[in-house]
Amino acid sequence: MSIDPITLSVIQAGLQQVCDEMDLSFSRAAFSPVIAEANDRSDGIYAADDGSLIAQGAGGLPVFVGTMQYSTRTLIEMIAAGTVAAPKPDDIYIVNDPYLGGTHLMDVRFARPFYRNGGIFCWLSNTGHWPDTGGSVPGGFSASATAVEQEGLRLPPVRLFKEGVMDQEIYSIICSNIRVADQRIGDVKAQAAALMVGEDRLNVLLDRYGDDVVREAISELRRRATDQMRSLINEIPDGDYTSVAWIDSDGVINKPLAIRLRITKTPGRLQFDFSQSSPPCLGPMNSVLATTLSSVYLAIRHIFPEVPISAGAFEPLEVIRPSGTFLDAEYPRPVSGCAAEVSQRIAEAVFAALVKPLPDRVTAAPAGTSGNFALGGHDPAVGRDYVMYQLSGGGYGGNADHDGLANGCSTIGISKAPPVEIMEQNFPVLYRRYALREGSGGAGRHRGGLGLDYEIELRRGTARASFVMDHGRFGPQGALGGADGAPNEVEVWRDGKKYIPEHLSKEQDIQLQQGDSVRVRTPGGGGYGDPAERDTDLIAEDTRLERN
Amino acid sequence: MARGGIIGVDVGGTFTDLVMVDETHTGLRFAKTPTTLDNQAFGVLAALTEAEADLAQIDLIVHGTTTTTNAVLERKLARTGLITTLGFRDILELGRRTRPQAYGMKGQFNPIIPRDLRLEIPERMDAQGTILTPLDEAALRRAVEQLRSAGCEALVIHFLHAYANPAHEIRAAEIAAELWPNGYITTGHSLLSETREYERGVTAAVNASVQPLLERYLKRLRDELAHQGYDGDVLVMNGNGGMVSSRLVAREAAKTVMSGPASGVMAAAYTGRRANEMNLLTYDMGGTSTDVALIRGGHPPVSNEIDVEYAMPIHVPMVDVRTVGAGGGSIARVNAAGLLEIGPESAGADPGPICYGKGGRQPTISDANLLLGRLDPEKLKSVEGGIDPDAIRDVFDRDLGRPLGVDGIAAAEAVIRVANAKMSGAIRMVSLSLGADPRDFALFAFGGAGPLHAAALARELGVPRVIIPARPGLTNALGCVVADLRHDYVQTVNQPLHAADMDMLHATFAQQAAAGAGALAQEKVTITETRQEFSVDMQFVGQSHVVRVPLTSGTPTRPELQARFEEVYWNRFKVELKEIHARIVTLNCSVIGLCEPLDLSRLMAPETRQAVATPTASRPVVFDGRPHETPVYWRDYLPEDVSLSGPAVIEQADCTILIPPGDVVKGGADGNLFIHIGGPA
Repeated sequence: MSIDPITLSVIQAGLQQVCDEMDLSFSRAAFSPVIAEANDRSDGIYAADDGSLIAQGAGGLPVFVGTMQYSTRTLIEMIAAGTVAAPKPDDIYIVNDPYLGGTHLMDVRFARPFYRNGGIFCWLSNTGHWPDTGGSVPGGFSASATAVEQEGLRLPPVRLFKEGVMDQEIYSIICSNIRVADQRIGDVKAQAAALMVGEDRLNVLLDRYGDDVVREAISELRRRATDQMRSLINEIPDGDYTSVAWIDSDGVINKPLAIRLRITKTPGRLQFDFSQSSPPCLGPMNSVLATTLSSVYLAIRHIFPEVPISAGAFEPLEVIRPSGTFLDAEYPRPVSGCAAEVSQRIAEAVFAALVKPLPDRVTAAPAGTSGNFALGGHDPAVGRDYVMYQLSGGGYGGNADHDGLANGCSTIGISKAPPVEIMEQNFPVLYRRYALREGSGGAGRHRGGLGLDYEIELRRGTARASFVMDHGRFGPQGALGGADGAPNEVEVWRDGKKYIPEHLSKEQDIQLQQGDSVRVRTPGGGGYGDPAERDTDLIAEDTRLERN
Repeated sequence: MARGGIIGVDVGGTFTDLVMVDETHTGLRFAKTPTTLDNQAFGVLAALTEAEADLAQIDLIVHGTTTTTNAVLERKLARTGLITTLGFRDILELGRRTRPQAYGMKGQFNPIIPRDLRLEIPERMDAQGTILTPLDEAALRRAVEQLRSAGCEALVIHFLHAYANPAHEIRAAEIAAELWPNGYITTGHSLLSETREYERGVTAAVNASVQPLLERYLKRLRDELAHQGYDGDVLVMNGNGGMVSSRLVAREAAKTVMSGPASGVMAAAYTGRRANEMNLLTYDMGGTSTDVALIRGGHPPVSNEIDVEYAMPIHVPMVDVRTVGAGGGSIARVNAAGLLEIGPESAGADPGPICYGKGGRQPTISDANLLLGRLDPEKLKSVEGGIDPDAIRDVFDRDLGRPLGVDGIAAAEAVIRVANAKMSGAIRMVSLSLGADPRDFALFAFGGAGPLHAAALARELGVPRVIIPARPGLTNALGCVVADLRHDYVQTVNQPLHAADMDMLHATFAQQAAAGAGALAQEKVTITETRQEFSVDMQFVGQSHVVRVPLTSGTPTRPELQARFEEVYWNRFKVELKEIHARIVTLNCSVIGLCEPLDLSRLMAPETRQAVATPTASRPVVFDGRPHETPVYWRDYLPEDVSLSGPAVIEQADCTILIPPGDVVKGGADGNLFIHIGGPA
């Protein structure tokens, strides 16, 4: 059977619609602001035989573009091997094990077999970032964990919903191991309901076009996505392209970690070799394989945004498994920094390697850190404990068309920053400043965007400050003659004295008292092109607007 | 006849539309003239001339304008300065930044007020409204003088936490008023008293920076009208679908942004109420984009959380209209995967589709409609310079047909099919995001291209019927003549329901209602009835989204609020959460001054109607891969109780309606046509 390209386009739009409706349903009903407002979630459809990605919601968090197909594949393999219970209709598996195709523990995956005529037609799966999954620090972003057990509760694939009914026993084990458990039921229901929405909509699509036609369309779309990606990467001349990107430290040993990338372009194929990167590290800056692969895919998608997310699009991208490096960590290496930080540095390495052959498409390096500052303490005025997160943007890289964006969100996210007023309503803090960081953009024909400069004072009680950031030692890379952006800076002011974390961008549990303050300056973007070629009007504007 | 003679005139991006009702309400006249972008008043006057309006007989002109929308989108704003809290002048530039697209690390953002006109002074409130740093009045005076000498025409005073305690903003505005040469001073808390410094600040900044432009434009328009002998009032449509006197509107100029789309939806709601069609999905397809809104129970939803473009939230109450992309000018191409894509690029109005004859060379949705016979190919001859349909067909053959392995006609049909699939998906998303299943609604199609696609979209969406109003291309102007007066108030509360101060809540509602009554009293228009609408925005503690809970009075009890909230939440999300407390986020009150209802029955004049529907022509139209010889009717000639089976094409001055095979179109009151998908219900 051969499907006409018009029906194919319509089915492609239909599959995309199913995923977008799952995304929408999940966000709208979710409790946690991380999901509801920051869209830290993703939903998709995965093949019945090997879990490969059929379609994924357009509004999902970029870091998940490649992870769920690995997590689904692992689940299918474990079911086949008998190590996980076989599915029945209306079951939903829950899993957050990073080593089974995941990211960090906080990203909890649900997977639901989708049945047609008594057999599994495909899998519906989603990931949502839970605000807490236990472990040594609230929220899970430890700067200094040395084993995954310290990072939180690790769930193998188990059926949280059995034939449509939630298993209260499993749920109560989960709730006994996580913080603020009473609100989690809202997220669990939202996450499960999104898969139900997907099931309903997919049934409508299959009823309309027929199972065989849709099945055929899926494989044809996969083939065509591969062709599309091949033709785009053929814009790159054949040859080798190399880059190095640095992570400040792993949070435990104060020594930089290197991502060394060699991209080899042959006709219709890009091969990514990370084998010369640093070995696994003691602290939580390891990446698991699924996150490493996903980071490569999301970087390529930033370069070729016109290609829809699907397994076919990833086929021409061959990532050699970086065994023995910190980009392919195994149990029990701690991994809480993989999704938020290491992933962005992998993307930076891809950008830095490809900006030369693709100077119009690729930008100089963006800030590339999630800027995670957590403050946990006790507010005596209201008599309760709190954990506050300030995640921040930074400058984007200059590019062929214009200067980099100021204060853009992380490369792997699409999240809005929280308003200062909401933070001050909810926590005993006062912002002294929330401003553009002058002079932080890397010089260039088009300079990097400016980072953010904020300062927060503790108004009441005591608290502990933790930082999981990066680019403190090295600024985001300039490209094609542009200068690096300004590095991240953290200053803690205690009793009028300045303290700078030993690892610059990472430290856990710094004690603060009332009146102490924290100042963070996030990185500026890398500059693009020779600064001597910068337009004089742009130079004058930067001076007039005090951006230098 | 309280209204007397009325003219509604809507200035859109391309056309200025006019609907005139004479003083006896028996005569209706229409006009459509090109919009004059530099001074919209010229287009308005041209429309008045075309309609042969005798302004001496007119009591009221209601005006929908894109002056403020265009000014914001093109950043052609009055020079405006900002004075804000020390440490926070960059809020308007930092925003709550994400990036313009989810994928792609390029993109820029241009703040409403440039950095050199954003000044800081010492003052600070905390989140409870307690003064931490007193207002430095000397620094304020210096800042005002500095902005004045920098040539600023408008001034924004925006302080942190002014929603909790506006004392500093109020005092600062008093001082500034002594020094500022005009009245263009906007304080952050005055338009919306809501938490979130970026959204509140942008709203205030937009207000200030369009205020002088709107006021100047309206003054010019009033002067021109006076010149022509008009001595009545000019009212302006707001984005909330209500109208306000042109003498007052500039004070809250930000509220006029999106007034055009809002008035179209108001007309749809009004038309629907008269036809007893209370639940409508409105579908307004124009040349460059398509707008969608959801009307439940006869009333369009108003939202305070509209972003007019990337990172540009204008959080004043506006009719919730969503732009979903494709328009007639959307360009079709075959991508590297060999698949057909429609948009997001658009040929726009200039050069426009190939069939406009203005030099467009890329195949668009409109061109596809023309090749398929859905639009009249004969009309091409009247295009300046003349366009040969074969030339369009050649483009479809070459650019789309060959890579798809089909001929140009099949490619054109594919363009329509894929475009309809995409549009119906986008409409579904809008509907679902508002918690509604599209199948429970009728599709109300208007705009130049809406009625051409509506039946096919309805089929995709599972919507049982389509309503085509009498004058689809003049719906926005009609919205102006049927609008009511309206004022909206929002107050942040942020209290858990179980601990909320119910007396305070009732008092706030009472204050809002009183403020609305006062504002209505300032208008000259006669009001038949004043209506108050109360609602609360609520959430479960720990959530960030809110749902709007409509109330029947301004004095709800605590258990009523709990019950209503649970009901609304269940209807929207099908989730019940007994274990979690509810929180009241804001109190909202709208005060609406209802005007004399307008009879729409003359939108289609009875004297032009004929006893029997007779085709004026016929032409081949392609459906499902083959041409069907299809009768073409002139709408004004159709009998009121017409009933026709598809395929049929119905043409009228301002649009073309397509009835696909299998569907049946029936006439109704007010000149409406109802397309029953798959035959009579």
